[in-house]
Amino acid sequence: EGPLQVSAALREGRVGAVELCQRCLARVRGTGFLNAYISVAEAAALRQAEEAEKRYRRGQPLGILDGIPVAVKDNFNTAGIETTCASNMLKGYISPYNATVVQKLLDQGAVLLGKTNLDEFAMGSGSTDGVFGPVRNPWSYSRQYKEKNPPKSHSENEDSEWVIAGGSSGGSAAAVSSFTCFAALGSDTGGSTRNPAAHCGVVGLKPTYGLISRHGLIPLVNSMDVPGILTRCVDDAAVVLGLLAGHDPKDSTTIQDTFKPFELPDSIDIRKLCIGIPKEYQVPGLSSEIQALWSKVADLFKDAGAKVIEVSLPHTPYSIVCYHVLCTAEVASNMARFDGLEYGHRADMKQSTESMYAATRREGFNDVVRGRILAGNYFLLKENYENYFVKAQKVRRLIANDFVKVFGSAVDILLTPTTLSDAAPYVEFIKEDNRTRSAQDDILTQAANMAGLPAISVPAALSKRGLPLGLQFIGRSFQEKQLLSVAKWFEKQVKFPAIQLEDMKRHDCSVLQHQKSVSSL
Amino acid sequence: LATWVPVVGLEIHAQINSNSKLFSASQVQFAAPPNSLVSFFDASLPGTLPVLNRRCVEAAVMTGLALNCTINKKSLFDRKHYFYADLPAGYQITQQRVPIAVNGNLSYSLCIDNKMSQMVTKTVRIKQIQLEQDSGKSLHDDARSHTLVDLNRAGVGLMEVVMEPDMCCGEEAAAAVRELQLILQTLGSSQAIMAEGQLRVDANVSVHHPGEPYGVRTEVKNINSVRFLAKAVDYEIRRQIEELENGGTILNETRAFDSKLGCTISMRDKEGKQDYRFMPEPNLPPLILYDAKSLPANMNHQQVVNIDWIRERLPDLPSVKRAKLVELYGILPEHSFTLLNEDGLAEYFENVIKHTQMKPKKVIGWILNDLLSYLKEHALAVKDSPVSSFLLADLLNLLERREISSSAAKQVFEELWKGEGKTPLEIVKEKQLELLQDQEELEQICQAVIDRQEDEVGVGMLG
Repeated sequence: EGPLQVSAALREGRVGAVELCQRCLARVRGTGFLNAYISVAEAAALRQAEEAEKRYRRGQPLGILDGIPVAVKDNFNTAGIETTCASNMLKGYISPYNATVVQKLLDQGAVLLGKTNLDEFAMGSGSTDGVFGPVRNPWSYSRQYKEKNPPKSHSENEDSEWVIAGGSSGGSAAAVSSFTCFAALGSDTGGSTRNPAAHCGVVGLKPTYGLISRHGLIPLVNSMDVPGILTRCVDDAAVVLGLLAGHDPKDSTTIQDTFKPFELPDSIDIRKLCIGIPKEYQVPGLSSEIQALWSKVADLFKDAGAKVIEVSLPHTPYSIVCYHVLCTAEVASNMARFDGLEYGHRADMKQSTESMYAATRREGFNDVVRGRILAGNYFLLKENYENYFVKAQKVRRLIANDFVKVFGSAVDILLTPTTLSDAAPYVEFIKEDNRTRSAQDDILTQAANMAGLPAISVPAALSKRGLPLGLQFIGRSFQEKQLLSVAKWFEKQVKFPAIQLEDMKRHDCSVLQHQKSVSSL
Repeated sequence: LATWVPVVGLEIHAQINSNSKLFSASQVQFAAPPNSLVSFFDASLPGTLPVLNRRCVEAAVMTGLALNCTINKKSLFDRKHYFYADLPAGYQITQQRVPIAVNGNLSYSLCIDNKMSQMVTKTVRIKQIQLEQDSGKSLHDDARSHTLVDLNRAGVGLMEVVMEPDMCCGEEAAAAVRELQLILQTLGSSQAIMAEGQLRVDANVSVHHPGEPYGVRTEVKNINSVRFLAKAVDYEIRRQIEELENGGTILNETRAFDSKLGCTISMRDKEGKQDYRFMPEPNLPPLILYDAKSLPANMNHQQVVNIDWIRERLPDLPSVKRAKLVELYGILPEHSFTLLNEDGLAEYFENVIKHTQMKPKKVIGWILNDLLSYLKEHALAVKDSPVSSFLLADLLNLLERREISSSAAKQVFEELWKGEGKTPLEIVKEKQLELLQDQEELEQICQAVIDRQEDEVGVGMLG
């Protein structure tokens, strides 16, 4: 059920906003072992729900999202609720302001349940490298997965087989997937919304760069970051997009044009569509399952009358390397503000300012962050700038032009896989380091960030192991309506199965004490 | 003795006269309580973004036009990285690649041999003008080994004006800066008061033998007035010449001017040269400016800066004002310099002219010799003068109508200076300073004097 249906239920009085909120909060508590949430704002959420209920009783709801519980990734500023970015650097940091997207949700009456878990500062593709511990994919506890992966022996701990949620917005994806909320905000810099969406069997939308305000989103790569939307169906994503998109004077990179929210048509004429299949996305690490699924779906479109053609995005092989240079350079710059002086962690080092900076940053950042800062600073050195940063900018332009050419030649939408395979078990995933994993996992998603294009991952099928597989659609700049219309049509054809979560009380054991309840708010 | 050619260039930071900062809405105000004018963005809170202040762009365009620069219709913003307590983000937003204005010039005048009678005009090329953020202030408390940081100034808009090394000595540098100050104040783009940190000047100094390549240059900082600028530059030139003549070398370093000792001191940093790791500022699109030709018809004029619109509204620059004063009133060029050099003096002069029959060429003497010297003696600004332009005009009218002598006029002026509210006429009557015009009365007085003297004469002759 998504905001649209719940909204109707709220309006018709079939359920009250407070009861809805309580149920969701109970669910959050009940799924604590997933470690999807870092902070839960119980008291504040209930207050918001009460206000919403009053409005519904008066017959004056603010809109579709009024009274609807949502969750927000912990790299968005939320006034009065801790914003940590899953880092020691910002543990305990309470921002004085709301990110624009958060404010828009609140202004619509949405009930903010809490802040979701992520890789530290959004660096990662597994949501495994934050200081509050990894996020578990709810599908690990689904009947579908358990049937395909019975424990090898009775003594073996069931828990060791759990799979990752993907990243870096794994907490938000897991929160939506496990029914704790109806929509969640993530962020997407190289695939961080689409990747966990694919692994957790939910819809993950990366909007066009410049469509949604980044004011209040703690940046990873300013020139590529976008707020991402995670929902259980495409219609819901369109609703949330409609409420968030539009120019923000506080963000100079948002376009000035007025955004017109849209409703998605129930049916579209597929025969008018031209789907492009980029051959460079046939990467070596692609699992045969995903390969087969991709072909099958291409055929699905062809059989429905769409024109399906192979296209070429020739600079795709260079995009990962290019992304690493540009990403680390911006990271090095963006992280420079974390010096322990104005906010956040400050090391107890009084010898000199420099030694305080060094200790603060060593203590506050994990290895992944520090590694990227070092690499980024290296690329920005005077003697390296031309060869690395400027070169990468040029390659970026070539990558973006690949898309311009293809979209200019009558292709409407590109169809690609989102991930290389289904979600890996955690114990397997952590065998490689963050950098290696990111390089592998970002390959199918980050070109869209380089080019600023909108892209969406839609659950397509279950894998042999009973885990979700998603497929990605990439559209033209600012053509979200077309992109989402196609995605919705596809969603209807596929009828992806709902997650069958077993009774989870057994798992709510000692688990991860990192979950926080902000009851004083 | 080998001749040396000193070479002086200047980097000038002028604080933009605007209500709010360059990229945030917090107020700009001198001497406010510490950390009371700091927005979330100024404090570098994570997730905040810069929003360009239109007024700052206009100030830079005005200044660029006044300095005959080419205004770049497209300019870019960059990040300059270094760690310091008064730089919260760890980087400054500046314009390193493509600044807002380039290739201008500034004309200034010098007196030859310190005589006001011979003035020569010189020109210095303006390399560029760029917009950038000011940093906060840090105060080092060595006693308690900590640093106090005030971010009120962090993010205030600056125009950095780079003057090419076309100057040769302290006097030239000082004259160039003085003229720039006047221009900025006339435009209103900066109040340019050095004492309040609104104008900061760093000097680049080197020396070489004629015909040889330029020598190694040093950068001189911590110069707090135009007068100290001249001193600092001249000291550094002498120091470099002495060093080189003694077989030493000049290091490419930064030196601080010590105004008490009158010398420059090395600020040598153990770290060596900084690499600022410049990077484009990704949160600010290129700054596009328009002119009448390029302005699209449907563009909302609130959203754009039109160079031609600004050009049309530029006030008369000091050089134009001076020329007008000379032409209108027949005063000497050097007089016009003095008039413009003192804040409000030209207006005072013109008001006196309006209200007196005395010719401007005579009035100017009273302004520059009498009024100005009294003001200087009492360290007063023109606006605080106890003798208003109206009072002076009245006084000059009495003199012009020959109702008093010029020595009497000076006495009256001295009396007026006390500021007791009396008019010149009242003072004249009180002190009986009237010039006698009546012939008969004069004869009577003279006769009386001679009569008195006759007795004495008589006595003398008998002796």
